[in-house]
Amino acid sequence: MSRPVLEVMDLKKHFPVHGGFFGGVTGKVYAVDGISFSIEKGETLALVGESGCGKSTVGKAILRLFGLTGGQVVLDGTRIDDMPSGTLRPLRRRIQVVFQDPYSSLNPRMRVRDILAEPIRNFGLAKNKAELEERVALLMDKVRLPRDAVNRWPHEFSGGQRQRIGIARALAAEPDIIICDEAVSALDVSVKAQIVNLLQDLQKELGLAMLFISHDLAIVEHMTHRVAVMYLGKIVEVATKRDLFSAPKHPYTEALLSAVPVAMPGAQRERIILTGDVPSPINPPKGCRFHTRCGYAFDRCRVDEPLLKITDAGHWAACHLHDRPPEENPLAGAKGADLIAAH
Amino acid sequence: MSASTADGRDVPHDVPNPANTIMARNAANALMDRNATNVAIAPPMPDILPPVRPRGGFLGFLRRNPTIAFGGGLVLAMVCVAIFAPFLFTRDPTALAPALRTREPSAQFWFGSDMLGRDVYSRVLYGTRVSLTVGFSVAILASVVGLTIGLISGFIRVADTVIMRCMDGLMSIPPILLAIALMALTRGSVQNVIIAITIAEIPRVSRLVRGVVLSLREQPYVDAAVASGTRTPRIIIRHILPNTLAPLTVQATYICASAMITEAILSFIGAGTPPIIPSWGNIMAEGRALWQVKPYIVFFPAIFLSITVLAVNLLGDGLRDSLDPRMAKRV
Repeated sequence: MSRPVLEVMDLKKHFPVHGGFFGGVTGKVYAVDGISFSIEKGETLALVGESGCGKSTVGKAILRLFGLTGGQVVLDGTRIDDMPSGTLRPLRRRIQVVFQDPYSSLNPRMRVRDILAEPIRNFGLAKNKAELEERVALLMDKVRLPRDAVNRWPHEFSGGQRQRIGIARALAAEPDIIICDEAVSALDVSVKAQIVNLLQDLQKELGLAMLFISHDLAIVEHMTHRVAVMYLGKIVEVATKRDLFSAPKHPYTEALLSAVPVAMPGAQRERIILTGDVPSPINPPKGCRFHTRCGYAFDRCRVDEPLLKITDAGHWAACHLHDRPPEENPLAGAKGADLIAAH
Repeated sequence: MSASTADGRDVPHDVPNPANTIMARNAANALMDRNATNVAIAPPMPDILPPVRPRGGFLGFLRRNPTIAFGGGLVLAMVCVAIFAPFLFTRDPTALAPALRTREPSAQFWFGSDMLGRDVYSRVLYGTRVSLTVGFSVAILASVVGLTIGLISGFIRVADTVIMRCMDGLMSIPPILLAIALMALTRGSVQNVIIAITIAEIPRVSRLVRGVVLSLREQPYVDAAVASGTRTPRIIIRHILPNTLAPLTVQATYICASAMITEAILSFIGAGTPPIIPSWGNIMAEGRALWQVKPYIVFFPAIFLSITVLAVNLLGDGLRDSLDPRMAKRV
């Protein structure tokens, strides 16, 4: 196992809640509350979870778009979370981002050439104007857009084409890691397939590590090597894609997987319908954060917060069920094997 | 409501034939798809459309934006009137002719003469200079100062609270009252009118700019620029500023129009342009006492003021429609 290119340790980000007459701080949103993971070179880690669970906050925290409440972000052995912004700037080159909305992620008042040239200029990757032009042209080739489109404005492109420009901008800095924050969620199915394939090709070609933030499990299964499942600011399960989809070790993952539509007419399977809403991240439940909606919850879940523990090789889950004897643990067996069979 | 079927039975009209509902048709289509063997594959990327070149150059632009053309044309005409006032068959607007007081409009006095025998036509045309100077100066000054304050408070959060509370304070004073107070402290001059109205308009502009800056800061392209190592000054110049100019330009035209009205009001109540300089407000104030017998003294400057304000507002509306990308008709 090679050394991870990005390590996140006990990352916390709490947002203050302002209220009252003088706008004082009346509470905190525990958007991300102590999560850890690592990504290796050339690996894709998916971060999945429902809306509002803190996935995008993790991405933005790694990009240092805001300061952290706690924890560490280590890039290739260098801690970057506490760096002053001047020292951090050259390191920013190594982590780039592709955003969800292809319309608001490109400045409407800049030509494609200037959008792509900005990171190259910032990091001094081109010695002169000719080399800059050459690099921009190569980027257009990489994302398979015509070279002469660099003089166009963003509004002259379709959503899929704009997302290609967004990817080209991320590649312009020659990064080691690309954070795809719901990068294909806003695209329609055929364009989504194009962009997913483009991302995979680029990853193979350039050996990029990717943090793939998504709520679309079908894409995640297609794209990624490992999957981390988030619920209410915590990671509840991390495993390789195969392990996670075939034998989920956390009740939340199990419920998520049962909600994935299966592309086979007449396929029968057990659906786990979660009741209730996601609890407020301002006042998360005590004990296990999932116990309010969990079908297996028992007394310990309501008081004691489970830690992320190893259950199988490379498979981590935060659930008290795994401390019980196997016959009392509904998640112990290879449940979900029927899911794989269905695929 | 009912309709007859072929066999003569009356069926309620709003109960659709089950075989024809969308759901039924979809189900039938789905069955056909299931029998088809070919698998859908992603289509290759469509070619990028050729660039949309707005046709006809400047004239084409005016044809697509009739509001801008009409408003802009009127404003331009007013500017010409102001610049070329001495050559448009006017005489000295302050020349007294007591023997020829309060004449009706005629070949000699196109708009009549006032109670001191001054030519109303000349006075109205020269008054255009004051109104346009005040309108344009206030619009430019308030925009520049407001833009600076708005950018500072939008970007420096510590300063924001203090600055915006000061702006709230300024805003709570009625602009005309503030202008009167400033006039009372200093002596009346066009320059002071401009300063007084500008101070009253600055909070509005700063608020607008601050709001735009705050929403732009959250845009993903600004986040992407930060992530790709762009320094804050450059982010402000390249990413924030160009995107605030469109709403600011629109706001500036409205400020221009309201400044011209405020100037007229101030002059009318004697707190604005000194009476020695002809301005529309002054002319109306002087004609006020006679308006029931000689209404033309008030009527002509009022018409000029209304048309100018209307023209500037039309220009603003047209600019708003054409600068807002969501309202763009072309592309």
